[in-house]
Amino acid sequence: MGRLLSLFRTFLPFLVGLVVLAGLQAVMPPVFAVILLYMGVNVVLAVSLNVVNGFTGQFSLGHAGFMAVGAYTAAKITLGLSGFQFPVLGYAVSQQLVFAIALGAAMAMAAVAGFLVGMPSLRLRGDYLAIVTLGFGEIIRSIIENMKFLGQATGLSGLPQRSNLIWVGMSVIATVVMAQRLASSTQGRALFAIREDEVAAEAMGVDTTGYKVRAFVISAAYAGLAGALIAHAIQLSTPRMFTFIRSIEVVVMVVLGGLGSISGSIVAACTLTVALEALREFQAYRMVAYALLLILLMLTRPQGLFGTREIWDLPFFRRLLRRPALASDGGSAGARPDSNSAGGTR
Amino acid sequence: MTEFFQHAVNGLSVGTIYALIALGYTMVYGVLKLINFAHGDVYMVGAFSGFYLADLIGVRSPYDANPPGGLEVFLKASFVTLASMIICSILGFAIERFAYRPLRTRARLNSLITAIGVSFLLEYGFQLKPLIHSPIEFPPGPSPRFFPTLLERVPMDILGVSTSNYDIIGFTVAFLLMVGLQFIVYRTRFGTAMRAVSFDPQVAGLMGIPVNRIISGTFVLGSALAAAAGILNAAARPKIDPLFGLIPGLKAFVAAVLGGIGSVPGAMVGGLVLGTAEEFVAGYTDSSYRDAIAFTVLIIVLLVRPTGIFGRVTAEKV
Repeated sequence: MGRLLSLFRTFLPFLVGLVVLAGLQAVMPPVFAVILLYMGVNVVLAVSLNVVNGFTGQFSLGHAGFMAVGAYTAAKITLGLSGFQFPVLGYAVSQQLVFAIALGAAMAMAAVAGFLVGMPSLRLRGDYLAIVTLGFGEIIRSIIENMKFLGQATGLSGLPQRSNLIWVGMSVIATVVMAQRLASSTQGRALFAIREDEVAAEAMGVDTTGYKVRAFVISAAYAGLAGALIAHAIQLSTPRMFTFIRSIEVVVMVVLGGLGSISGSIVAACTLTVALEALREFQAYRMVAYALLLILLMLTRPQGLFGTREIWDLPFFRRLLRRPALASDGGSAGARPDSNSAGGTR
Repeated sequence: MTEFFQHAVNGLSVGTIYALIALGYTMVYGVLKLINFAHGDVYMVGAFSGFYLADLIGVRSPYDANPPGGLEVFLKASFVTLASMIICSILGFAIERFAYRPLRTRARLNSLITAIGVSFLLEYGFQLKPLIHSPIEFPPGPSPRFFPTLLERVPMDILGVSTSNYDIIGFTVAFLLMVGLQFIVYRTRFGTAMRAVSFDPQVAGLMGIPVNRIISGTFVLGSALAAAAGILNAAARPKIDPLFGLIPGLKAFVAAVLGGIGSVPGAMVGGLVLGTAEEFVAGYTDSSYRDAIAFTVLIIVLLVRPTGIFGRVTAEKV
């Protein structure tokens, strides 16, 4: 019974999310739906990069490379199986299943790429790691540009339009749940230990390289997922979509939100996506604004908006979401029984 | 065999540029343990200041109907080079003073992120539409510009290998600058102070060395070298645009790591080795892999011999 309940709790966010997203998908006008799609993809990217850059304290600049691996894997599968139909199931259902398989394969391939990149490079630290991951991102892109069957520089076009709010939303939930559960697990503690002091963590018996590679693989897998989603949203996958600049954009989101803060990454990814859409006519100033934002942020508030804390840890939200248990601890529960029940419903 | 030497000469020509940029990386890394991501963009600014200066002093092309005399060419070319070196020194000083110095006591990651920010600011700031139009159009905007011809190109043919006086001048200037730098680092008071700061900034400060001034000086020197590299490269390959410092900057970093970061001759050798390696691989296989080669070299070096060719092995202290 207890196991069933915990299983139910695991899937609860997905069940609730599915209902909400299906509703959103039905009523959302296409213009806003596109912005929401981009937002969702950016949240997946930012939260997954946060696992490496925030939780583990390793600075990776190669996120776009893993996106590319995921996007091309998924694109090859959906293009290859575009007329495929499972027995019994209808065509539409089959195609959705094919997309699900493509997303899974994209994650798997990106994870493999993450492992191959992570194994040699995660022995390095800090700046070296940043340059090496950047280099690997560029190597991945360079390889794709030279592969005939991946369309070289023109890329793959004519992909089916599969990414919708439900797929993207479910991916966001999956990413956030993953990050949240990782943060509160033994694995997560090990990652935090590495971030705080790698030498001390090693001395305490944490297998630092092993944990770093694991974090890297997880992060790469979700980057691949985001790549697959964005490719099937704009029905195109070209090497130009996955340059070093894309990686920097994600880094800006993570740094702005606060390295190590999941909700910070989400808030920053959403804010930046909306800001970019709103400022579309000032496209030329976009990267200048990013650059200034990075410098000013580092000079004035280097820990990002939320630091390593989550949004509900901030004093403002603490006051808003005060737990009923805390109120009764203060001794006021006995004197005013109504305050307790009021707190409970809040 | 001729083809082999031709690739070698081309490689050395590119390698000189990498070497000059790498010298700046290696010095800054040696002193601050910071990868100055913006260094490649200082190189770009160097080329652009040369472009504007040549415009301002009215450099006449040697292919004009009325070609300038030898002395005039020499004076103007030297002026353009030296003045761009000064402009970039000021830029390097400003970057260090306003972007890196306030963060020096904080985590290294913060400086790295700021460095990326400065790099992007220069790259994309230069791509904006011109805000001022006289006496020069600044910022230059995203479309490529063509660097004016400062000297007449004299093609040369040595044993079937074609080269030009540009390659020879480039190599000579780079070599002289490196010798000068080696002299500064190992034979002057400033260089001694620099090495002391590189060894341990805190103790160097306690010994009465003005650490801030030494670090500023390091940035000034490195940026001046980057500007010289920018001018040399733009003179030989005249197409310049605001993003052209990005890839050479990264490759020069690879060169610095390859030679052993912190070592002056290492940077020079690393640059030349990387340039020739790139030219050979691109020449004998597929040139579209050119940009991937440098990173492959970097990964191999870091795996096999992370201290580089000339680097010293240092034990990590806890």
